[in-house]
Amino acid sequence: MDAGLVAAQLLNGLQLGVLLFLLASGLTLIFGIMDFVNLAHGSLYMVGAYFCATLTDATGSFLLAVALALPATALVGAAVELLVVRRLYRRDHLDHVLATFGLILCFDTLVQILWGPEGMAIRLPAWADGQQHLPGGLVFPTYRLLIIGAGLAVAAGLYVLVVKTKLGMRIRAGASNPAMAGALGIDIGLLFTLVFALGAVMAGLAGMMIAPITEASIGMGNEIIITAFVVVIVGGIGSIRGAFVAALLIGLIDTMGRSFLDMGLKLVIDVQAAETSAPALSAMLIYILMAAVLAFRPQGLFPPKAR
Amino acid sequence: MSRAVGWALLAALAVGPPLALAAGQPFYVDILTRLVCLAAAATSLNLILGHGGMISFGHAAYIGIGAYAVGIPAYYEIYDGWLHILLAVALSALFALATGAIALRTRGVYFIMITMAFAQMVFFAVVSIEEYGGDDGLVIDIRSEFPLVDLEGSLTLYYACFAVLLGTLYLVHRLVRSRFGMVIEGARGNERRMAALGFAFYRHRLAAYVLAGALCGLSGAMLGNFTNFISPEMMDWTRSGELIFMVVLGGTGALFGPLMGAAAFLLLEELLSGWTIYWQLPFGLLLILVVLFARGGLAGLLEGRRG
Repeated sequence: MDAGLVAAQLLNGLQLGVLLFLLASGLTLIFGIMDFVNLAHGSLYMVGAYFCATLTDATGSFLLAVALALPATALVGAAVELLVVRRLYRRDHLDHVLATFGLILCFDTLVQILWGPEGMAIRLPAWADGQQHLPGGLVFPTYRLLIIGAGLAVAAGLYVLVVKTKLGMRIRAGASNPAMAGALGIDIGLLFTLVFALGAVMAGLAGMMIAPITEASIGMGNEIIITAFVVVIVGGIGSIRGAFVAALLIGLIDTMGRSFLDMGLKLVIDVQAAETSAPALSAMLIYILMAAVLAFRPQGLFPPKAR
Repeated sequence: MSRAVGWALLAALAVGPPLALAAGQPFYVDILTRLVCLAAAATSLNLILGHGGMISFGHAAYIGIGAYAVGIPAYYEIYDGWLHILLAVALSALFALATGAIALRTRGVYFIMITMAFAQMVFFAVVSIEEYGGDDGLVIDIRSEFPLVDLEGSLTLYYACFAVLLGTLYLVHRLVRSRFGMVIEGARGNERRMAALGFAFYRHRLAAYVLAGALCGLSGAMLGNFTNFISPEMMDWTRSGELIFMVVLGGTGALFGPLMGAAAFLLLEELLSGWTIYWQLPFGLLLILVVLFARGGLAGLLEGRRG
């Protein structure tokens, strides 16, 4: 096995993990604090990507477009919270699931009306478009390294926000006991809107970062959101630390499985059988991991403290 | 009142297709066949979702398993209908047993996301098996063969599907009235109380989960026979969402709820898609409005209950 290939796939896995973390951290915050199931989180990922594509065309600068698209996605998130989600907190999970499923249909169709059925590509600026020569003779696309760096920076920023700031203290208070936090004078309604918008921004950022590689397309969020759910379950609902560990773990396992599982299988079963079963098995790998984790720890790897 | 509407709907379904053929409108036989298959699938979901309070977001997987249990043998030119049905029911039950045993250890949001993830696992596994068409699906050239009955006739196929619907309705009706049904309804209402009364309801729930899966697999086998073409798209997670919508639209826990929901769902789909290519937008909005303002579904509205 080629060591360079393994290293390149490790970096690819890390990149997927970072994207998954951006999606899953918002989901897990919204679950943990509002006890709300948001299937439409993937739609905000898509909306972020489309905003960024249009703004890149309009301004000619990818970075400027990202800077403008982030607050725009936050506004969309806040609007969704105020118009629909807010009315559902007191309802059961079935109502959450159905209403946000309706939101997905609305978002997918609205995007089709506004941007057309074709996807939108984003051209990278020259400085991000090249290759980097890493130690050990490894060559890796600059932009993918930037994604990893930016994702880790956002994760660190989120940690500081939640653990070190006053807003973070309120978020944690809201998560452990919303009624008590409200009684102590925290505006719970405002806090919930902020948390939802924060989740929207991170999902949107993930969409913006992946769009130059895959292009922005309708329904792009509907597939990755399920993987993000797996991350949230494996990490433990409500735990940002759990989401981080699980996102990297699942990103790596998924990528490595798709690249190397057939080789591994060829060592134990015959070549023909390995080649037919490896793609199916590697597609199932992360779900098998989820089942294994749940069989031993039904609350996930890092269950949040009892509330 | 909702019972009366349900019986009227069944009576209409019993005599509708020959009338449609006599009027020279074979198109309506196709729509009604699809309606009857989806209504049977939704009725099986209602057993666990409406009566058992288990929000399974992966029920479409069983439609897919049932359909592939017809398609894959047909690919090898094995057309024995009884074998197809045996495979559809047994494989669905087996999958429900394996995934249900893990999923039912969890509660609330975890359960929703785990059932969704397991369904997605089957989806991706089927997508990655090139032999059976992968993403492109598989054409069923000859329908399941039974002694005396020829499913190639559109009316015969319709009445076979209708018989499956009647059987499913009857079985669910009898089960819900039984001691077994009381236990799963009781566990939905208050788990702790049921445990204190000495019921090991985990086993009852698992049995209900397996039965619902097996019944849905059967309706999937009929749907596969009807469409003559099967693809992973049949078990996409949005299909599971549509099944839940049918159950909720009709009214959870009402015997004829899923049938009315499926009828209303297909009627809306036909009307809206004839009106605009962006029909999913009003459809999604309607879904949100139903959740916000008509929680009892159609059955609830007919009984005069509201939100």
